[in-house]
Amino acid sequence: MTEFKILRYDPDKDKEPYFQTFTFDSPKGMTVLEGLIHIFENIDPTLSFRSMCRAAVCGSCAVHINGLYNLSCRTQIDKYGGKIIIRPLSHLPIIKDLVVDLEPFFENYKKVMPYLIPKNDPPKKEYIQSEAERKKVDPWVDCILCAACYGACPVQATDPKYLGPHALAKALRFIDDSRDGGGKERLAFVASDFGVFRCHTIFNCQEVCPKKIDPTKAIAKLKMKALFG
Amino acid sequence: MIFHDILIVGGGLAGLRAAIAAAEKKADVAIVSRLYPVRSHSGQAQGGVNAALANNPQAKDDTPEKHGFDTIKGSDFLADQETSIFMTEQAPEVIFEIEHWGCPFSRTPEGKIAQRPFGGAGYPRTCYGSDKTGHYMLQTLYEQTVKHNIKVYNEWAVIGLAKDVDTCCGVVALDMHSGTLQAMGANAVIFATGGSARIYGNSTNGITSTAFGVAMPYWAGVPLKDMEFIQFHPTSLYPNNILMTEGCRGEGGTLINKDGERFMTKYAPKAMELGPRDIVARGITTEILEGRGFEDSYVYLDLRHLGKAKIMERLPGIREITLDFIGLDPIEKPIPIQPGTHYCMGGIDTNIDGESPLKGFYAAGECACVSVHGANRLGGNSLLETLVFGKRAGAKAAEYTKDKSKQPRTNALERALKREEDNLNQMLKSKGNENPHKINNELRKLMPEKAGIFRNEKQITEGLAQIRALKERFKKARPIASGRSFNLDKLWFLEIKGNLDVAEAVIAGALARKESRGSHFRRDFPTRDDVNFLKHTIAIHTPEGPKLSYRDVSITKYQPEERKY
Repeated sequence: MTEFKILRYDPDKDKEPYFQTFTFDSPKGMTVLEGLIHIFENIDPTLSFRSMCRAAVCGSCAVHINGLYNLSCRTQIDKYGGKIIIRPLSHLPIIKDLVVDLEPFFENYKKVMPYLIPKNDPPKKEYIQSEAERKKVDPWVDCILCAACYGACPVQATDPKYLGPHALAKALRFIDDSRDGGGKERLAFVASDFGVFRCHTIFNCQEVCPKKIDPTKAIAKLKMKALFG
Repeated sequence: MIFHDILIVGGGLAGLRAAIAAAEKKADVAIVSRLYPVRSHSGQAQGGVNAALANNPQAKDDTPEKHGFDTIKGSDFLADQETSIFMTEQAPEVIFEIEHWGCPFSRTPEGKIAQRPFGGAGYPRTCYGSDKTGHYMLQTLYEQTVKHNIKVYNEWAVIGLAKDVDTCCGVVALDMHSGTLQAMGANAVIFATGGSARIYGNSTNGITSTAFGVAMPYWAGVPLKDMEFIQFHPTSLYPNNILMTEGCRGEGGTLINKDGERFMTKYAPKAMELGPRDIVARGITTEILEGRGFEDSYVYLDLRHLGKAKIMERLPGIREITLDFIGLDPIEKPIPIQPGTHYCMGGIDTNIDGESPLKGFYAAGECACVSVHGANRLGGNSLLETLVFGKRAGAKAAEYTKDKSKQPRTNALERALKREEDNLNQMLKSKGNENPHKINNELRKLMPEKAGIFRNEKQITEGLAQIRALKERFKKARPIASGRSFNLDKLWFLEIKGNLDVAEAVIAGALARKESRGSHFRRDFPTRDDVNFLKHTIAIHTPEGPKLSYRDVSITKYQPEERKY
């Protein structure tokens, strides 16, 4: 028998969040997300959670599972011997159950001008970019904005004005893109008390990122660029 | 009351591209999306997007015209030819645009956009970013909407259209956070709600790829076109049907049966693994049905001979998926795959400008059927269609709304709001204790069996009867959860209703089409019949079920010929 302990919270009914336990038979190979869907469809349709691709590429389903942030869609129930404890992402207000308000996360993302700022008029065909230049934006371009890093960051917990590992890694993604001309502006913006200098190099973001991006490394690079050019 | 010139429903590639095009023409445009746009299913696309750029040394003779012919032949001659040709002619321009916006394509040694071979293509013309092309494109277009400061109503699920007599004048949306229903006025509405493949249980698609998007206009009287043409992608991971890109085969991956043979010699002797998807999917399924598969369920996709370096450079995402989900490293072991329901060639009836027969109502992307893909879509042409027709629909809607009044049609919108409120209240009061999710899962189980890769009259007729029985049972189902905020039970209930009605249109079309063409293969009518069926199926919703009629295919350049690879 598999046991899911899920943090529930309905702002209309509950004074504060509480854990609710569900038990059911899970076939071998069932993922945590499949377990959530099973509970929703067969036991308790009041459960709220986010999901879409179920293939670990859309970033919808980041939650806290047995002590670690992960995507529920790619976490095997069997990995934890059938006892799963699920909480929503931290540092964001809970809307309902496992669904948190992502607006602060996306607002911080938007602040770093997360779009290509061309240097001048584009060519008729594609920009020429060498393979080596292209590799410079790896792995930052793989970010699926799942917010696991945001939830894992203790600095984020202390200050919502901190831009966050996701936004800073995104800033580097553009600063390091040979086609981008907004590097100086972006760097000046993130080289601030609410930007890179707030990071205490704790490495939680690196530990939880499902796409193996290393925001701590990105932030360290940005610090070097800011100080030494 | 909320009002924008243009409301775009859906924040995937087609919706975002339409929004950018409309914003560039200074229209007041907003996106209404049930998902944060970056979660959209477009992000799951892997292999690439087609354009005759001739960047690959093996493609120096490639032209948009050849791409057009490949598309039309790939469609088994059901595509409306001038629309396919238009799409392939626009391809280079829309690719360069998204690259100028920062899309991180992989590069050739000369620094140009890298292109790989793909199914049914005469030349390697699939522009790629390793095997995460959809993700890169989706992020790039979302970034541009941030740059243009385009308003997005995040996690607002549109649940119905508003019509003023014969004109679409807006939508009704469920704000998932507050739980309130909102009427939203517009002079033009563009649906970019994606595909419906999730009505099949063996789908590569994510959870929100239900048929609800095409069901809403269908219920509002907009015709659906060619619904029976469902694409089964040859290679989805066994057992969860997660997509394994065609790019695996484009980079040299081979398909092997139980006896160690590259069995595609039997089905597409020249193109082999890079035949068009319908032919490869049928080949794989035949091998499995005739006992040459593994566990009667799958065959192998072998990438081992590509070597570690190539896999890590060109197919790293595939490797992440097989490691994450089945603990398999494709560098060392072959991947178990089977066909998975992937894409709907059919959809909302539109013309080349994205206009539907309902004034003010447009559609673009997978939810629309122009038709550029006819009876079978080439890999790499769907990402292309989102850019070309998203751009075109956005631009055309902006032109259309330019001189229209900025006043919402309040009476019609309030009527639509009341209609949806009454509908929801009716749902909640329904008697009976059927579980709607069980009904949905039964639908998902029957579709691959009754309207799958190989069809015949007996199975399809059984499927139709089963769907009708499910619809009867659904009348005795109701959402249980009554909560206000993020009530998935309410939303999914509406979606399941859409799934049932659209599945009925798919099955009705399949039953009436007594031929085999592209992805629609009938064992009882195994050949193509251009005399009787060189036409599109049009389905109109009635309370008794879909009413079918036919429309000729537009043949402007290439006479239908035998389709061999």
